[in-house]
Amino acid sequence: MRSLGKLKTLLLLGMALPAVAMSQARAADVEVLHWWTSGGEAAAIGVLKEQLAEQGVGWTDFAVAGGAGSSALTVLKSRILAGNPPTAAQMLAQAVREWGQEGLLTTLDEVAAENDWDGILPEAIQNIAKFDGSYVAVPVNIHRSNYIWSNSKVLAEHGLSIPTTWDEVFAVGEALRKAGVVPIAHGGQPWQEAMLFENILISVDGGPETYRRLFVERDATAVENPAFAEALDIFRRLKSLMDPNFAGRDWNLATGMVITGEAAMQFMGDNAKGEFVAANLKPGVDYACTPLPNTQDDFLFYTDSFAMFEATNEESKKAQQIMAKTILEPIFQEAFNLRKGSIPVNQKVSLEKFDSCALNSREGLEAAAAQNTLMPSFAISMAVPPAVEGAMFDALTNYFNNDSVTVDEVKAGFVNALRQ
Amino acid sequence: MPFANSNKGVAATAATSLPASTNRYLGWSERWLPKLSLFPTLLVSGTAIYVFIVWTGVLSFTGSRMLPRYNFVGFDSYRAMFATERFGVAATNIVIYASLYIAISLALGLLLAILLDQKVRGEGLLRMIFLFPMSLSLIVTGVVWRWIFNPGLGLEKFAYDMGFVDFKLDWIINPSLAIYTLVIAAIWQSSGFVMVLMLAGLRGVDGSIIRAAQIDGASMPYIYWKIVLPLLAPVIFSATVILGHLAIKNFDLVVAMTNGGPGYATDMPATFMYAYSFERSQIAVGAASSIIMLGVATLLLVPYLYIQIRRGR
Repeated sequence: MRSLGKLKTLLLLGMALPAVAMSQARAADVEVLHWWTSGGEAAAIGVLKEQLAEQGVGWTDFAVAGGAGSSALTVLKSRILAGNPPTAAQMLAQAVREWGQEGLLTTLDEVAAENDWDGILPEAIQNIAKFDGSYVAVPVNIHRSNYIWSNSKVLAEHGLSIPTTWDEVFAVGEALRKAGVVPIAHGGQPWQEAMLFENILISVDGGPETYRRLFVERDATAVENPAFAEALDIFRRLKSLMDPNFAGRDWNLATGMVITGEAAMQFMGDNAKGEFVAANLKPGVDYACTPLPNTQDDFLFYTDSFAMFEATNEESKKAQQIMAKTILEPIFQEAFNLRKGSIPVNQKVSLEKFDSCALNSREGLEAAAAQNTLMPSFAISMAVPPAVEGAMFDALTNYFNNDSVTVDEVKAGFVNALRQ
Repeated sequence: MPFANSNKGVAATAATSLPASTNRYLGWSERWLPKLSLFPTLLVSGTAIYVFIVWTGVLSFTGSRMLPRYNFVGFDSYRAMFATERFGVAATNIVIYASLYIAISLALGLLLAILLDQKVRGEGLLRMIFLFPMSLSLIVTGVVWRWIFNPGLGLEKFAYDMGFVDFKLDWIINPSLAIYTLVIAAIWQSSGFVMVLMLAGLRGVDGSIIRAAQIDGASMPYIYWKIVLPLLAPVIFSATVILGHLAIKNFDLVVAMTNGGPGYATDMPATFMYAYSFERSQIAVGAASSIIMLGVATLLLVPYLYIQIRRGR
């Protein structure tokens, strides 16, 4: 608890006035920090709120908008420094790690043992929810990064089908461009560019192995694999299939372009599906989800999880445990993931009510787990610490946006990044 | 202690002569009340500025990551910062941005002020129109100019729809030109303000000097160049200092307009600091960049302070 004492000193020094009202949540209420604000996401978090209300736990919403949660984490930091953490906060794997190192997270081992989390969660996910062998976070869902989302009507109208090789991607894209349709809707934010790259990387020959060495084992020599240069080449060439206005565009706006038919495809994780669901479109009819070329049996995952902070009173602790338990119960897992676009993290939940995309995801998950290509997505802060990730984002986004940057410069950037 | 004595005096004389005590009381309050009422402000700004400057300085020599830690590592974070290419980009950008922004805002503001000083009709209205951008938040300015420069929304599309299909204005998506879109937006925001400053300066110029020069046969441009401009030097100097500090702390405009993009081509020291301190869990590197910014700002301000202090004597 020494670190808490230090935090109080910081508070006395007057640092980090939180940008939000510091209202103390009523006993047995949960105050939950999250960044689920887009249509599909907001509907999904609403389910948790209802489920908790049924069990007499009130909900204080603490939503901070901003993709991949960078703004939310900044707000969270100021709340913690002010000695007033929320009950629970949405976190990605690396943030769980960092807060775990600060010793501020409460252990959930008791709930986990009671509900057999070890039995219902895939092993790769358990690793992310645990710190020092104890559960400190509740995973909510599993997302898959390597998907292409396409508007079926637009493709059919131009007599095209979903590309299954990179040559086809460029051929189909060229045909669409000539027809006046934006072939690929892209959002020009560093994390989206990183996501595009990571998926291209696992799709090329020798890619999954390079990915594992680079992002999981953090072995900088992997940049010399030919797969790395090949992926960078495809990465930049894809720019010719995008509209020129992508700079700074949010991912859900890019998904919107595919929904309205202004664009034909988007390369994005299955968080995009939530937007299609919210627009009442049907997979296989109005839109299609297809893994990137040659990645049917590979799976880059990201999971959202809720980490719980050390609570001061028994009632809050009780509320935290109820929340943790509820999140992994089949009723919530099903209702939530149906809206969010992801698949249940609880492997015991049946996918009966889920659509073909979700079935495809679970199939891919099982295949990837079997051949050891179930790997954490680095673009969604699953694989490397923020400092490393930031430096890698810099190298990639600079290469993508500036045609004078060479492959060697990206390699050097990655080598430097891994030294952070 | 005069403080204690005068208090006693007040108590002793209060019964006998009221006017005298009031005087003495006033004397005391006149001396201390201003200091007393300023004290809270001084205390708050003193801690909020100087204590945190020192603290930031201390942090920059530590190995702090997500939260402050006090393991001192010397100049490591400065070395790490100068090694990142991104800091180089940010430093180059601030030089381009600040020099163009200050120079063009001054020139444009002066030109507008001279034109407005020709006894034009509706001067009050014009002055308000030119000053108006200053009242907008930089976020609003940034968003509006982002739309104007966006090839799919703004001027380029407008020209395209008018039939000028070859018209190109894609600076904001071009990494080597995007920085200039920021300069344009910032100039639009502040040149009206410079104009008002200059106008006040022009009004202070003695008309008889100009008339005398005219009688001597000097042309108007020559008079402005040789007589009016030197007289305006103090105003120009103040305007430069104000614009200079606006340029260095530029953050909101970048966030609203380009968010540092494309890539990180329009990154500035302030956005660099924010990204490292709060998004990348490298507080020490963020602190190091703040200290460098402070150093540069101080270097720019020293001449100003020097002149102020000499004038004060």
